[in-house]
Amino acid sequence: MGMTITEKILAAHAGAATVKPGDNIWVDVDVLMTHDVCGPGTIGIFKKQFGEHAKVWDREKVVIIPDHFVFTADPHAKRNLEILRDFVSEQQLPYFYDAGTDNYKGVCHIALAQEGHNRPGEILFGTDSHTCTSGAFGMFSTGIGNTDAAFILGTGKLWVKVPETMRFEFKGTFPPYIMAKDILLQVIGDIGVDGATYRAMEWAGDAVMKFSMEERMTLCNMAIEAGGKSAIIEADQVTKDYVQKRTDKPFKVYHSDADAAYFLKKIYNADEMQPVVAKPHSPDNKALVSEVSDVKIDRSYIGSCTGGKVADFRAAAEIMQGRKVKVDTFIVPATREVEADLHKEKIGGKTLAEIFVEAGASLGEPSCAACLGGPKDTFGRTNDKEVVVSTTNRNFPGRMGSKQSQVYLASPYTAAASALTGRITDPREFLN
Amino acid sequence: MKKIIEGKAYVLGNDIDTDQIIPAEHLVYSLSDPEERKNYGRYALSGVPAAGAGLPGGGQPFVKEGQTESEYRIIVGGRNFGCGSSREHAPACLEIAGIEAVVAESYARIFYRNSVDGGFFIPFETPAPLTEEIKTGDALRIDVDAGTLTHLPSGKIWTLKSLGEVIEIIQAGDIFEYARKTGMIPG
Repeated sequence: MGMTITEKILAAHAGAATVKPGDNIWVDVDVLMTHDVCGPGTIGIFKKQFGEHAKVWDREKVVIIPDHFVFTADPHAKRNLEILRDFVSEQQLPYFYDAGTDNYKGVCHIALAQEGHNRPGEILFGTDSHTCTSGAFGMFSTGIGNTDAAFILGTGKLWVKVPETMRFEFKGTFPPYIMAKDILLQVIGDIGVDGATYRAMEWAGDAVMKFSMEERMTLCNMAIEAGGKSAIIEADQVTKDYVQKRTDKPFKVYHSDADAAYFLKKIYNADEMQPVVAKPHSPDNKALVSEVSDVKIDRSYIGSCTGGKVADFRAAAEIMQGRKVKVDTFIVPATREVEADLHKEKIGGKTLAEIFVEAGASLGEPSCAACLGGPKDTFGRTNDKEVVVSTTNRNFPGRMGSKQSQVYLASPYTAAASALTGRITDPREFLN
Repeated sequence: MKKIIEGKAYVLGNDIDTDQIIPAEHLVYSLSDPEERKNYGRYALSGVPAAGAGLPGGGQPFVKEGQTESEYRIIVGGRNFGCGSSREHAPACLEIAGIEAVVAESYARIFYRNSVDGGFFIPFETPAPLTEEIKTGDALRIDVDAGTLTHLPSGKIWTLKSLGEVIEIIQAGDIFEYARKTGMIPG
């Protein structure tokens, strides 16, 4: 019996020739990522368990990316950044993208990719559930808590139950108005918010492989919204080109065997996909955009790890260029690199940033911002009964701040089109 | 590890996500400072919409205004309990509020794993939904070794699902104690 990519990576890191779903194995960790929300707790547990003067297992393998509560006056949040700084200095950690410095990046999942920490064939754990994003690079990546992260800091190892794999294959070509977010919301709507619990979601098919790395990251980002442990896309030339521009480190590309066993194989016709949203208050509450076009919105939010990459803003700008928004529209680049690209990339002679500002949108600093609500002074946070169309990944009650607000998850195309009309709008109304 | 867990139930519905368990604005407090961490008890389950708070009529606070500990000891939940973020503040806040066990139909995996590896409380699974059979405030007893849940007002007993392989980590206390016991890290 053959193995899936996920099984092969896990086997290689457990020193085993083969593994099968359900096996509990200890794996060697290539990268541990943490941020400002979970880093301080992780450090506290590490010191308690391994000693006040303990050293991390491998300083080259720890990456610390503050991103959640960076642009806030909250004194506890500021104190937490200091805890990270003290730890980095004490441990002499080389990969720390500190807030308030030229080295600040922004949202961890995108910064990991842009700074060359995502490499095919490796195992990456992060103290953030959207760590599954890195699976877009043909690697095993998943979110863990502070305790597991502290365990890795001390030992370089973690136990993993080998997940079954679900394969989602898209044949053909996605229509030009379809983005990875539409595909993902469609699939989550089909399988439910616990439809992939404990499993790996493998994305495949010629339509998927035509996606850029950014769109592939969107596809993998929300595996967790289906309960998935991880997501994975086989690395190809697109992956290699992206990775080799950003790191000299070697990596290994794995392929799923033709006779690998899958929990489920689902084949979609890419040409038939339609723009969809997830209605409040669950990512699986799927509707076609055309079914909710009477829903009035108060705000449009384009940002986050899943919806704040330059490909997302290119799409939004394509729709917003030369037009004016009718509702408050928030543009939050995931990272400084994305922000810089907003000022470089042009459509019709204008930069993406100029297009947004002229349309009447507000630009925020790169961070997680209102995707998860956060402290009261967070950019774009809901504080009342706002109805929001958002490119973020969760629309749980209160997720963007206020328990009374209602969030519709949508693609950047749909979020931009909706910003222009003040109601949930199919991007085809604006795209030729 | 306690062999018998007894206390009042707090009942919740399906898909209780980590933002409902502990809203992100509260994730700034220290988990190691003995005073500051009490804030997690104060705000535990504060994100649950009123209609779902303690079902079925709703509006039953898990922690009373101004307090940091709950009067409830066992949470009875539905499917996909703890979905969403990997924040360990979620199982931690429930423990800080005084929770000793959660009994749910199913769990999101990171929450489940955090509960076990961090040794916060035992996440039991029930073969059938219990959220309609048990009311908030009902007295419950869990016999950990026997794997049973008793509804004390009626005397009704349900068998809980086996804890499987994670029982070894639960018995050890947490992942660190387990690793010490098995010689992975020095005692």
